[in-house]
Amino acid sequence: MMLETDAVMNHVADVMIQELKLEDVTPETFDPDIDLVDEVGIDSMDLATVALVIQDEYGIRIDEDDYPKLTTVRLIAQYILNKKLS
Amino acid sequence: MKTVSSLLDAHWYERYQRISKLNIRSSIYDVTNRCNLRCKGCFFFSSGEDKAAPEEMHMDAWESFIDREIGRGVNLAILIGGEPTLCLDRVEAFYRRLPTFCATNGLIKVPRDRFPDMMVGISLWGDQADETVLRGKDTFSISSKNYHGDPHAYYLYTITPRQIGHTERIVQKIRDVGLKIHFQLLSNDEGVDGFSWKPGEMKAIQDEMDEMLEKYPDTVISSRYYHEIITTGKMLDRSFGWNECPSVTEPLDTRKPGTKRLIHFIRWASDLKTMHRCCTSETRDCSTCKDGAAHMSWVMVNKRAHMRSRVDIQNWIEVYEMFAKLYQFIPW
Ligand code: SF4
Ligand code: SF4
Repeated sequence: MMLETDAVMNHVADVMIQELKLEDVTPETFDPDIDLVDEVGIDSMDLATVALVIQDEYGIRIDEDDYPKLTTVRLIAQYILNKKLS
Repeated sequence: MKTVSSLLDAHWYERYQRISKLNIRSSIYDVTNRCNLRCKGCFFFSSGEDKAAPEEMHMDAWESFIDREIGRGVNLAILIGGEPTLCLDRVEAFYRRLPTFCATNGLIKVPRDRFPDMMVGISLWGDQADETVLRGKDTFSISSKNYHGDPHAYYLYTITPRQIGHTERIVQKIRDVGLKIHFQLLSNDEGVDGFSWKPGEMKAIQDEMDEMLEKYPDTVISSRYYHEIITTGKMLDRSFGWNECPSVTEPLDTRKPGTKRLIHFIRWASDLKTMHRCCTSETRDCSTCKDGAAHMSWVMVNKRAHMRSRVDIQNWIEVYEMFAKLYQFIPW
């Protein structure tokens, strides 16, 4: 499970970097606990862009009402895994 | 990777944190198609928006409509018109349910026993002479009595080209009646003679607004960056216009690729069914649009773009703070 979480976090970070064209960061160096809104400057439109890709890739639905909870890469990864399990 | 805290010192970071999680979701509502004035250059009447749809007359329809708006995430109702104070029951239906801002010409006083802390933005077009030409009367003489010292009201001072060199008198007049002031620029939608901006005048008025902000920081709610953006139409080497405008009604927004925009923003006509194209005139040429709120929002929705330097993100913070003050999300 731990390994799976790491893999999902890595992939979420990769999607963020690609979709939002984040510079000077790799999936490996992306701090999974950094606050995406406060620190990285991501807004709900960015999150919607990322969510679209993640939804497709993992076959889950990310409810817009859940966006405020998805404030770090780790929380997004846990959200994905919970949805996959439920 | 650049982060906000790596760009800011402690003081600026604290200011940033006051606003970073506000997540404001506004929409605009035409409360009525009627007005007690007919200003030359009013975008509402000049573009025929007053005839776009008949007013919904039933209060229960307004109430259930507002509940649906809250359901789709709106947390700031911006009421315009026509003149919203002609229909105070409708205004009250919004005010009782969610944070509400009411634009008005100030001729009718919003009764503070019914609306104790609703933010009111009073329009003022130039000075007494301009107001008489454009609006048929000197509204300030009435609105300043109605709202003298009101802590939940400010003047939306639309600067006309004739005001260059004269704005200080207005700022002082407003300060002297105990109110705040926010600047906008006249778009002159009806092409009234002598009220169109000429080359060079934008720089002059930008400098003057900067000077007023510097001299009257307790009265003027603004920012130098906002002045730069509304006078130049440029932000971070990008030009304002249809392709960049954040204030387009979302269901009518067919632009591709998607533009950074206000999430779920809609401007509703007073039948509560019809949607207008954007926050201002349907018929305005976007390349000449000077709408202050649209320019302000343009900055606000582009936070990450402003993370290229310390100065840029500080500019972003100042514009966001200005917006948050004007709509009472943070104190003056
Ligand atoms: S007061 Fe406002 S709505 Fe009425 S005519 Fe003037 S600009 Fe238009
Ligand atoms: S007229 Fe102004 S506010 Fe309306 S879509 Fe064009 S640029 Fe945006």
